[in-house]
Amino acid sequence: MGHFVPHSDADIERMLADLGLASLDELFAVVPDALRLARGLALEPGRSEPDVAFEMERLAAANRCGPELVCFAGAGAYDHEVPAATRRLGSRSEFVTAYTPYQPEVSQGVLQALFEYQTFVSRLAGLEIANASLYDGASATVEALNMAASPKGHSTMWVSGALHPNWRAVIKTFAAGSGHEIVEIPTRDGRTDWDAAPPGEPAAVVVANPNFFGVLEDVSAARTAADLHGAALVVAFDPVSAGLLRTPGEMGADIAVGEGQPLGTPMSFGGPYLGLFACRRDLVRRLPGRLVGRTRDVAGRNAYVTTLRAREQDIRREKASSNVCTNQTLIAVAAMIQLSWLGTSGLAELALRCARGARYTREALLGLPGVEEFVTAATLREFALKLPVDATTVVERMAEEGFLAGVAVGVESGLATIDGEALLVSVTERRTKEQIDRYVECVGKVIR
Amino acid sequence: MTSEHNARVPAPAGRATSAPVMGRDSEATIFEYSSPGRRAWSFRSTGLPEWDASELVAPGLLRGAPVELVEVPERDLVAHVTRLTHRQYSVDLGAYPLGSCTMKYNPKLCDDAASLPGLANVHPATPASHCQGWLELLWSLSNALCEVTGMKAATLAPPAGAAGELTGLLLMRAWHDSQGETRTKVIIPDSAHGTNPASVTLGGYETVTVPSDDRGLVDMTALRNRLDGDVAGIMLTNPNTLGLFEEDIAEIAAAAHDVGALLYYDGANLNAILGVTRPGDMGFDIVHMNLHKTFAVPHGGGGPGAGPVAVSARLEDFLPGPLAQRGDDGTFAWVNPARSIGRVHSWYGNALALARAWSYILANGGDGLRRVAEGAVLNSNWLKSRLRGTYDIPFDRPAMHEFVASTSTLKKQTGLRALDVAKRMLEEGFHAPTVYFPLIVEEALMIEPTETESVETLEALAEALIRIAGEVAGEAAHAPRSTPVGRVDEALAARRLQATWDAVCQPS
Repeated sequence: MGHFVPHSDADIERMLADLGLASLDELFAVVPDALRLARGLALEPGRSEPDVAFEMERLAAANRCGPELVCFAGAGAYDHEVPAATRRLGSRSEFVTAYTPYQPEVSQGVLQALFEYQTFVSRLAGLEIANASLYDGASATVEALNMAASPKGHSTMWVSGALHPNWRAVIKTFAAGSGHEIVEIPTRDGRTDWDAAPPGEPAAVVVANPNFFGVLEDVSAARTAADLHGAALVVAFDPVSAGLLRTPGEMGADIAVGEGQPLGTPMSFGGPYLGLFACRRDLVRRLPGRLVGRTRDVAGRNAYVTTLRAREQDIRREKASSNVCTNQTLIAVAAMIQLSWLGTSGLAELALRCARGARYTREALLGLPGVEEFVTAATLREFALKLPVDATTVVERMAEEGFLAGVAVGVESGLATIDGEALLVSVTERRTKEQIDRYVECVGKVIR
Repeated sequence: MTSEHNARVPAPAGRATSAPVMGRDSEATIFEYSSPGRRAWSFRSTGLPEWDASELVAPGLLRGAPVELVEVPERDLVAHVTRLTHRQYSVDLGAYPLGSCTMKYNPKLCDDAASLPGLANVHPATPASHCQGWLELLWSLSNALCEVTGMKAATLAPPAGAAGELTGLLLMRAWHDSQGETRTKVIIPDSAHGTNPASVTLGGYETVTVPSDDRGLVDMTALRNRLDGDVAGIMLTNPNTLGLFEEDIAEIAAAAHDVGALLYYDGANLNAILGVTRPGDMGFDIVHMNLHKTFAVPHGGGGPGAGPVAVSARLEDFLPGPLAQRGDDGTFAWVNPARSIGRVHSWYGNALALARAWSYILANGGDGLRRVAEGAVLNSNWLKSRLRGTYDIPFDRPAMHEFVASTSTLKKQTGLRALDVAKRMLEEGFHAPTVYFPLIVEEALMIEPTETESVETLEALAEALIRIAGEVAGEAAHAPRSTPVGRVDEALAARRLQATWDAVCQPS
């Protein structure tokens, strides 16, 4: 059907005639015959807009979410409210359909939004520099390791076993190329046990706070472990918990990374999300990804531009320490809007409300017979419990009752896993007392 | 309607000189609109106990005061952000002939598809039995991309082109490892995108560059001289970044495979060949696609994109997981390939971008995708023919979806540089072409009109470019003057680094 090529048949004829060609096929004369796809693509014929919409709605209807599956799952993806202002402004087509701001004179909108985003991330992280986004929390952590690595040769990295299991998996995948040796440090009672680290000289020490189990880590112990070896401390933080907790920078981080999805982006089946990345100012020349700086135009007016470009792949090519080009700008713009909408008091209130909901839910669940703490360490907005019935089964049965009960998690050789005996439960500001009471009642039924 | 009206040439829709600019002042930052006690937020009434923070967090961990963000009412926030959008060029506003970026029109129906609550509000850890729609979508898209590229299997997880490249290189590494071989080098052409060599390094390989010959194609003799048992693979874009089809591709594939190397297809320019020819049929083993180029996922001001990777049968077992698969009973489940290189994303990739691409493929169908390629190549050749004689066309062979022009001769005559042309084009109501790329062409203007621009827009683009070439020497150096800001001082930005509002307020 080709709905989006504007030419009429007459236009095409005229253009071909201008080129001295008799047919559209002749445009491809340079493609050797043997390589031509004579049969055409074996895909269905094009559909009209309403037919496409009907099919997409059919697919959407085959998923359960929202009121059909009330969400108590977290594990790096959170069911926060996305207010109308963020949704409406964040989907303005001037942001949605712009390219990377390589021509600053006509890209001040995106550039200034990113400058404001960088300011917010820098403040949340408690570090002077923040970049204009990476793909997700996992990719931000990988980039942090590459940044901390010695410019020559391979490095050892100590990664907390309570970092998100999927993030640890991503780190290990990319280590096959970088050659970094990834050493996972086991946990004890849900917290990283740095005393259990094997001998070695790490270039970076990575800890999440709160960690995968929702537990508040002793970041100073990670700092001490890093200091013993002259390693960089990478802290993975949660931007919502940041409303209540001291910043990674205050706790000694050299680099802070995080998953920015909670800042105005729906759960989206896992993406597009937002890799938060901040670091100390003296590390800026090894910063991965884009950085927007404020400057002036020829008339002396304030203007914004991508800066320290010599770090980036299109200039440094094989010597670049990161290959990032396309990032997550639109999600970063949404985060900037969301953080402005929340503001100083709103972020603190949001964190408090999540923590209240988590505490209420945790206490109620612990009141059920056979439900026990999985770890005893303090948590904030997410917690893990042991149930008398296998957690995967509980999640399946609770789904039939209209709840996404949480994520089944466990510990294997001291390392956090997805799938396991415990249920990781997260409570956001969207959960009401009535929903929670019903949820707890259903869990009680399912585990009986 | 008068006959005079009927005879009129349509106005060029891609020209944005009518875009309003409400004055010439800078927009204040959101921080400057802030005032204590103002707010936009409100939350759901929950009926939960209202414990204090001190009852919920140990005192040593609790902040003294909240992180200072801003205090603005919603109306002021909306005004600020709306004004930012008025300082931004976009595809919806006008033509964006950025070579190698495929800035085509992004159909609105794809926006709607990606906004469906049944797609956007699904938690990624939802049991597969309760998100069958998503798994079916991913499975269907994966199959369609394999058909388009002529490959056997695909991962949709890489969130961008560069992430796809690195994933592909790790697949290459896993393949050679499985063969008991350690190879050290990857060959790329001198016209390659910068992400290629950067990804090669991150993949643990050394980059070897192969020059282009006087046709603008890979120099076959030089390539053969570089091919040996240490070469893990060759990364190519076809059509290449000069917009030329690598006619010797079958020979290149044979030469690579003869020494046991794999052939990697950088899908940046896939738009040109949709339904015409396929990387798999050319002999490629690994293909990454940029769904934000070829399949109309909007670029978002620099992302999110999506960079799926498709492979030939021998590499299928190494793909990153998990992958959506249809069982015999018609239900969908996650599977992990037997010798998977592991995860490359926190979850399954940029899922909503994948949903947009799927809706685009449904709308176009197999026939429509072929028309995309035809339109892209027709527009590019037509525009090139209009510029021949005014600008240098360094490799003047039949173009594919884009072509490279140059101001080399004009620079000698009037001092006109590619950068000046770019800045003048902004005044003409267009986005600029890509400049100074590929690196092998001096004063390069890389022009990709895409299939979605009308012939009147192409004519307006040509007229503007021709007018600029004929202007008095030095004229273009003052451009742009009609944009929200004039040329910016990039040197100052780097020298006096101010990457946050706090750095502006407290200069170091």
